[in-house]
Amino acid sequence: MTELTLVQAINRGLSEAMRADPDVLVLGEDVGLNGGVFRATEGLFKEFGESRVIDTPLSETGIVGTAIGMALYGLKPVAEIQFLDFIYPAFDQIVSELAKFRYRSGGQFPCHVVIRTPYGGGIKGGLYHSQSTEAYFCHTAGLKVVIPSTPADAKGLLLTAIHDEDPVMFLEPKRIYRAVTGEVPDGDHRVPFGKARLVREGSDVSLFAYGAMVPPTVEAAETLEKEGIHAEVIDPRTLVPLDEAAIVASVEKTGRAVVVHEAARFCGFGAEIAAILAEKAFYSLKAPVARVTGYDTPFPYALEHLYLPNAETIAHAARGAVKAS
Amino acid sequence: MVLSRAMDERCLTLQRQGRIGFYAPALGQEAAQVGCALALSPDDWMFPAYRELAIALTRGATVPTIMNQLLGNSADLTKGRQMPNHFGFVDQHFVTASSPIGTQITQAVGAAMAAQRRKHSIVTVAFFGDGATSSNDFHAGLNFAGVFRTPTIFFCQNNQWAISLPREKQTRSKTLAEKADAYGFPGVVVDGLDLNAVYAAVAEARQRAVRGDGPTLIEAQVYRLGPHSTSDDPKRYRSDAEVAEWKAKDPIVRFRDQLVAAHLLDEGAEQKIWEEARAQVGAAIEECEKIPPMAGPSIFEDVFAQLTPRLEEERAEFSHRSAGGATHA
Repeated sequence: MTELTLVQAINRGLSEAMRADPDVLVLGEDVGLNGGVFRATEGLFKEFGESRVIDTPLSETGIVGTAIGMALYGLKPVAEIQFLDFIYPAFDQIVSELAKFRYRSGGQFPCHVVIRTPYGGGIKGGLYHSQSTEAYFCHTAGLKVVIPSTPADAKGLLLTAIHDEDPVMFLEPKRIYRAVTGEVPDGDHRVPFGKARLVREGSDVSLFAYGAMVPPTVEAAETLEKEGIHAEVIDPRTLVPLDEAAIVASVEKTGRAVVVHEAARFCGFGAEIAAILAEKAFYSLKAPVARVTGYDTPFPYALEHLYLPNAETIAHAARGAVKAS
Repeated sequence: MVLSRAMDERCLTLQRQGRIGFYAPALGQEAAQVGCALALSPDDWMFPAYRELAIALTRGATVPTIMNQLLGNSADLTKGRQMPNHFGFVDQHFVTASSPIGTQITQAVGAAMAAQRRKHSIVTVAFFGDGATSSNDFHAGLNFAGVFRTPTIFFCQNNQWAISLPREKQTRSKTLAEKADAYGFPGVVVDGLDLNAVYAAVAEARQRAVRGDGPTLIEAQVYRLGPHSTSDDPKRYRSDAEVAEWKAKDPIVRFRDQLVAAHLLDEGAEQKIWEEARAQVGAAIEECEKIPPMAGPSIFEDVFAQLTPRLEEERAEFSHRSAGGATHA
């Protein structure tokens, strides 16, 4: 075990995967000598050289399109998109190409690319360095969507992503790149996809959160505990595939659910969790499912602290759910 | 060339009869495609658009294999999932095409980067038309190829029309080939109606690429003799006179004349080639139309390597619904 920040754990995962398999390579903007704008690829250029840590021209469709070509040829590219907010020039490649290659070729051309990208608010990034648009990718058949919230999961999920056979969108909560440290297993540590993490056990209300929303959700649960409300916290870790069984089982136990995410509410991932609970846990529900999310506005710069969910707004929603029944 | 022409002509009819859903013919582009494909090695990788029938045939895809794709039946390698003409053949390194324009261009460059990394002496070829030279991926792809000096051939079949938009309204550039200048590698214009000229241009580009001298953009000037697809009526935007002018320059006739002049072909032999091609296409249609469609639950396969629990659930729901009297096989 080694104590690491989340971004260090990602760096560790990348370097270990590259050491173990010469087919693994990294490409993106400023990932080489500069080590990435968040330093996620620091040291890789020196160790593996420019043929495996590729500084690309400034074109997201170029990055993802070439990564797809490399994967079709048999390599295991890990593409970095500098911010999720800048991924849209590559949206066509991701949605029309990457997600559909296996399907449209009848299995002849599987296409395993990992796309790493920092996402989310709380860093004074304004409209274009803050958004959480994971739902776009969850809505596209053929993509796996992974969001770690701890250093150990960051490494373990990244190694699973690199060894997977399918395209993976690996969204990194940049707000907690360095704000969170934790023990990370050494060596080939893998966290399976589709298995939620029980962050905290409770019996009164289930709080579902992922990425940078996990720490404030845990903080909310601790506040609620002092008030005699036992909140369970579950981090799904992978939105696709989703551990629906864990979500349903938790609400069957608690009867109440609060879904937390940074993304806008309308058609956000919380809507899917709410729908699953309506379909599969309806008779266990003692209160309406609550959503604590960003608003249906663009992401504001100066007032981001008022836009984002926090421990207090999460606790408030949980109290409301408990009081409702 | 003849086989491609015979197949196109017959398949346009099949679409009119409602036996296939759609068709995008390569009529008029046969010499460019065959000349190109003959200059390549079996190890090279093709990144086609959806109008590359003669490339596919020259690479060794058989008429029945292609026919099964057009019909979308259970013998279709792409499992009935894509519109006709969007075929792909892993054995021929012929990557399954998609409909968005130009996306295969950056992919071809990526595969070439992978080949460089593996030290394989191969080239990748991106196929596209004049319209695609306006796409994002054309510029990104050529730029990456220039920067990384990839062994890539950008084979542009300028067929003069992007659905209804004529070539001169696609770009102010004099030629499409000159766009390569901006990316730091050669662009050449070749008469795409002349099989030998195309062969020579592609062979030279291939040599450059495997020597490590980087990519080439080839603009093969051709003419789309048919419609963009069976959903298109070209009479709305181009004159019969223009089509007739190009029809008089039919690349198959031109190659036939070259062979006749070289005493490599006589009228009897030519007749026989056409008859054999038409018979081959006719037999394939007869055989392939007997093959049943894919089973209904196959729609859940190949989304991922393995079914997720959610897809398993949906498949079970689907099968249950089917068992309840719906018509899914």
